[in-house]
Amino acid sequence: MTIKLKTPISEEEIRNLKIGDTVLLSGVIVTARDQAHKLMVEEKPEFIRPYLKESVVYHCGPVVRKDENGNWQFVSAGPTTSAREEPYQSIVIGEYNVRGVIGKGGMGPKTAEGLKKYGAVYFHAVGGAGTLIANRVKRVLDVFKLEEFGTPEAFWVIEVEDFPLVVTVDAHGNSMHKEILEKSSKIAEELINKNV
Amino acid sequence: MQLKEAFLELIRRAATDLPPDVEAVLQKAYEKEDDNTPAKNVFATILENVKLARKQSTPICQDTGSLVFYIDYPEGGKERDYRQAIEWATVEATNRQYLRPNSVDPVTGKNSGNNLGVNAPYIHFHQWDRDEVRVRLLLKGGGSENVGSQYKLPHPPLNAGRDLKGVRKVVIDAVKNAQGLGCAPGTIGIGLGGGRDTSYSLSKEQFFRKIGQRNQDPELARFEEQLLEELNQLEIGPMGFGGKTTVLDVFVGKQARHPATYYVSVSYNCWAFRRKTMTIKNGEVRYDD
Repeated sequence: MTIKLKTPISEEEIRNLKIGDTVLLSGVIVTARDQAHKLMVEEKPEFIRPYLKESVVYHCGPVVRKDENGNWQFVSAGPTTSAREEPYQSIVIGEYNVRGVIGKGGMGPKTAEGLKKYGAVYFHAVGGAGTLIANRVKRVLDVFKLEEFGTPEAFWVIEVEDFPLVVTVDAHGNSMHKEILEKSSKIAEELINKNV
Repeated sequence: MQLKEAFLELIRRAATDLPPDVEAVLQKAYEKEDDNTPAKNVFATILENVKLARKQSTPICQDTGSLVFYIDYPEGGKERDYRQAIEWATVEATNRQYLRPNSVDPVTGKNSGNNLGVNAPYIHFHQWDRDEVRVRLLLKGGGSENVGSQYKLPHPPLNAGRDLKGVRKVVIDAVKNAQGLGCAPGTIGIGLGGGRDTSYSLSKEQFFRKIGQRNQDPELARFEEQLLEELNQLEIGPMGFGGKTTVLDVFVGKQARHPATYYVSVSYNCWAFRRKTMTIKNGEVRYDD
């Protein structure tokens, strides 16, 4: 079953999600990669606060273009590897009341703790599905730090519609990544020891 | 068509048009998964994305990778001419958003903004006896490059010795370690022998084979089939969500090794396996996958 969610998202909605749930997300979200996360932890800027409250951070460095009217458009915008934000993520979630993080590859124990403590989840997007996800971005509302950080690292405030996601770390400490790693490691060990 | 424009079209095709053999194996993987599973949904999204990217002529993935060219050219061809045409086409492809700027100086941290840099794009030149030029292009994503690995046999932690049995063990280990991080299901290129550099190089050159195209050596062909079957037993699945397809194919290449060394290089290509070929003969340009 597919669950439809729209930002702003309540803590109750988030705590109802469990790993393996398929979600279609709509509403306003914010892209942020390495430089943006560092800034949010070190300087706690106010400009991004209203967009992040009860909303979602998306680990993404998009390909963008300007249309003939001078408006930004997303061309290709799949997720990037989330592990790089592990040192910052939990602090960002707490500081800005974030309800979810979108990326790929999952995150570590510090983030899992933060998700549990503050009531947030990790959503996994389909890596490589750049064009499809860009088509689900209906509008670019604003961009911050574009000059300073460059296109991939800027904060892009975007409105999405039916962004396809899977919950892989929930607000109760469960992680699909941990489960699959344990299961596949056991199978790998058996295969390796088979000595064919 | 001018040479530089032929290169631009080659890059456009590579970034936006997934080869049909790769699309077909992804379609098969979709059909194999059970309904209402995350794995099935991932394959549905992937397949829809591939069709949209082709139709819109936009990058399949926003990470348009590093550009690696292999050029075979006839006697009398000038490497400088090809290099200049490639550089023009790369800058133009970036301007047209077929490519994301992906060339960063490791010392200053500066992104050149146009995909040019020292050894970027990387070009392997080779002169041959035919009267045509063959250009092969691979767009290699960064996430999948990060999960590649190289082993030195013997590898005591896995009790892997210097034979195909040992190779099998380290390849299973490498794919297990990669989990979903290289945008699974990946295609696995394996280089046996050589030095550390040529071993990795050989593993990557395997990516110019088509899905299902087995090694001509019957022993290695059987070995590829065995690995394909066994790696899919790991149930890592697309994106590491669990599922029946963990790898799309396995290609093994071999070259002579020094008596003292035995390297096994494992290169991982994400599901968005972007390769294209162009042949130029008598001024006519032909594109192939």
